[in-house]
Amino acid sequence: MLNKTPFKPFFVAALVLGSVAVQAHRAWIVPQETVLSGENRWVSFDAAVSNDIFLANYNPGRFVGVQVINPDGSAGQVENLHTGKYRSVFDLPLTQEGTYRLFIASSGLRALWEEDGQRRMYPGRGEQYSAEGFAKAVPENADKLVVSQASRRMETFVTLGAPSRNALAVSGQGLELLAVTHPNDLFAGEEASFRFLIDGEAAQGADVTLIREGTRYRNAQEAITLKTNSKGEITVRWNGAGRYFLEAEYKDNKAQKPATERSGSYVAVLEVLPD
Amino acid sequence: MKNPIPRSLLPALLLAATRCVSVQSASAAELSLAVEIPQLNVAEYHKPYVAIWIENNSTRAVTNLAVWYDAEMRNNEGEKWLKDMRQWWRRSGRTLQMPVDGVTGATKGPGQHHLQFHFGTAPLNELAGGDYTLRVEAAREVGGREVVDIPFSWPLTQTATFTASGSTELGAVAVSIKP
Repeated sequence: MLNKTPFKPFFVAALVLGSVAVQAHRAWIVPQETVLSGENRWVSFDAAVSNDIFLANYNPGRFVGVQVINPDGSAGQVENLHTGKYRSVFDLPLTQEGTYRLFIASSGLRALWEEDGQRRMYPGRGEQYSAEGFAKAVPENADKLVVSQASRRMETFVTLGAPSRNALAVSGQGLELLAVTHPNDLFAGEEASFRFLIDGEAAQGADVTLIREGTRYRNAQEAITLKTNSKGEITVRWNGAGRYFLEAEYKDNKAQKPATERSGSYVAVLEVLPD
Repeated sequence: MKNPIPRSLLPALLLAATRCVSVQSASAAELSLAVEIPQLNVAEYHKPYVAIWIENNSTRAVTNLAVWYDAEMRNNEGEKWLKDMRQWWRRSGRTLQMPVDGVTGATKGPGQHHLQFHFGTAPLNELAGGDYTLRVEAAREVGGREVVDIPFSWPLTQTATFTASGSTELGAVAVSIKP
């Protein structure tokens, strides 16, 4: 899948990855390993903004806001965050048995219009959307006004001991993955099912792309492209073991007013083990 | 796939497996195992982690027979590599509290290793009637991983011996079951 919807400029303004240029670029958080045993274990993560799957060669992104949900549902924290030229690195101490989720997510309404030939947006960087703020900031009959409800989520999962599901609970906001098959129990020879939700409801017709790592060493992306069914579900037959970049894009017109369109973008990195 | 065990050696392995049976008390049903860990010509050799278990083919229920790992390491650091026995880890290991009495033990070096279990006695206990697979999985630090599967049905009417062989991390595996 080489053809990707470019980020809209107004959208990028509120991106958690604030430093990302206004271009179509993939961002990812890659765990060194996802299935762990033993005690006092840590996982190291690489994160970056780069179109080459898991090859950090563009932009280190901004990952200070990465959030962690511990197996018991409480909030955790990454440590040793380092931002390099092309790559961010951080560690997560695994203090409990079970599954951890690491993510960056944002959602909300955005307005984009023009005033005297200048591009304007609301809310600006660091601002929160509110109906009052909208009424104040956006002039009546604003030129080229587009109000859109957009969400972004990027995440990955790691498990110490037996996989658990507390940390997999969905928030009901934006485009999210509801794990049918546990994301840390994936094997190359088995099918896996995932359900996508938009604001807590089945996201039918979302475009999902999965690409196995190592694109640098092959001549084709070998992307698996799927569309979610009426339940928002996909069933994946893997292209062998490895870490996969999963990307889902969804768009409809059931936006919260005054927005006229609703869109969601979702990225996960999943590890598939050999049988 | 090259079989590292000379064909001529198999009868000896089988005999070894069955002999284990014959020295045991007559009445109880028994399961004897001979597992070979091959001698490898490698620069850096670590004894493999090995898990041996019986899996119910329909329920996937697992009966662990043996798990050999570095249990003696400081701060239980040896548990770090248990997950490398991937199939065992997902089927059973990840829900166990290590070590397990009568199941876990130290890693073993190259050679034939004989084990014997009694139906009705831990860790084998009783097996409900059905189709099973005896699985042996080995994972070696700076080395590879291999699983050898031996399917069988229970109960049996007479003593039966089953064999299979690995090609890299495991040699011949012989199972003799006396009902």
